[in-house]
Amino acid sequence: MLTLTHYLVLAAILFAISVLGIFMNRKNVIVLLMAIELMLLAVNYNFIAFSHYLSDTAGQIFVFFILTVAAAESAIGLAILVVLFRSQQTINVEDLGSLKG
Amino acid sequence: MSFQAFVFYALSVILLFSGVRVITAKNPVHAALFLVLAFFTASGHWLLLQSEFLAIALVLVYVGAVMVLFLFVVMMIDIDFDKLREGFWKHLPVAGTVAVIMMAEMALILTSPEVNLSQYGAGADVAADYSNVKDLGRQIYTVYLYPFELAAVLLLVAIVAAIALTMRKNKPTKWVDPAEQVKVRRDDRLRVLKMAAEPRVEVGVSSSADDKPAV
Repeated sequence: MLTLTHYLVLAAILFAISVLGIFMNRKNVIVLLMAIELMLLAVNYNFIAFSHYLSDTAGQIFVFFILTVAAAESAIGLAILVVLFRSQQTINVEDLGSLKG
Repeated sequence: MSFQAFVFYALSVILLFSGVRVITAKNPVHAALFLVLAFFTASGHWLLLQSEFLAIALVLVYVGAVMVLFLFVVMMIDIDFDKLREGFWKHLPVAGTVAVIMMAEMALILTSPEVNLSQYGAGADVAADYSNVKDLGRQIYTVYLYPFELAAVLLLVAIVAAIALTMRKNKPTKWVDPAEQVKVRRDDRLRVLKMAAEPRVEVGVSSSADDKPAV
């Protein structure tokens, strides 16, 4: 029998994988954005699993809004990436030190 | 093992495998395609959880729009990706420790008997005439109307921001300023000259010898 625990543990593993991805791909902005998308997917799993097992559709509506925000986020992120590549000819995070922060 | 459990485990294996490949793939195009696979399997899981609308929306919105955008950008920029992977495995010990600890903590909490998540059982099956889309739509347009409109505004802002960021301004584009056009008066364009009248001079037909170039 599939229980809530199955889905939550699966989402936790997926979240940990994407944290690993963010740690390891710290130079490549594109893969960083993809890892963020994976993280959001893991969070959505939690919402949908709870929504199903508690018979409450509020969770699904939250996922709907998360999808909207994630789409906007990735669109703007990729736009920034394109502008960055145009001006610096690189997307390496380590080369982005011009603000001297 | 029931059929549902079989489907769940099969999809989970595919999902986790593609998740690992997303973060370890050498070529970002492969990473994007594995992310597409991850979204498809997630959609299958969500169908198992009886949220059909979101399962379809995930494929349409994510695979159809966001991932195509990713692929566009990955293929558009010309970069030596091997250089970006220098020191990739160097971070593995720290990153692996953090990830494993995080995963273990969450799994321990979720499976602990005190949390007792199994009290929710197998989840209630919905009635045969229940429509997930109708239910969600009714709630979005009544209870969640205000957040829904905010989401629409957010998408508009995202469109404007993405276009404003990537529009090339250095190219000399031809454009007119309507305000300047409307403001123009007769004196700016037309100059009336006063000049003395001159007698008309017949311009004679030049002889053909003049047309010939001098030898």
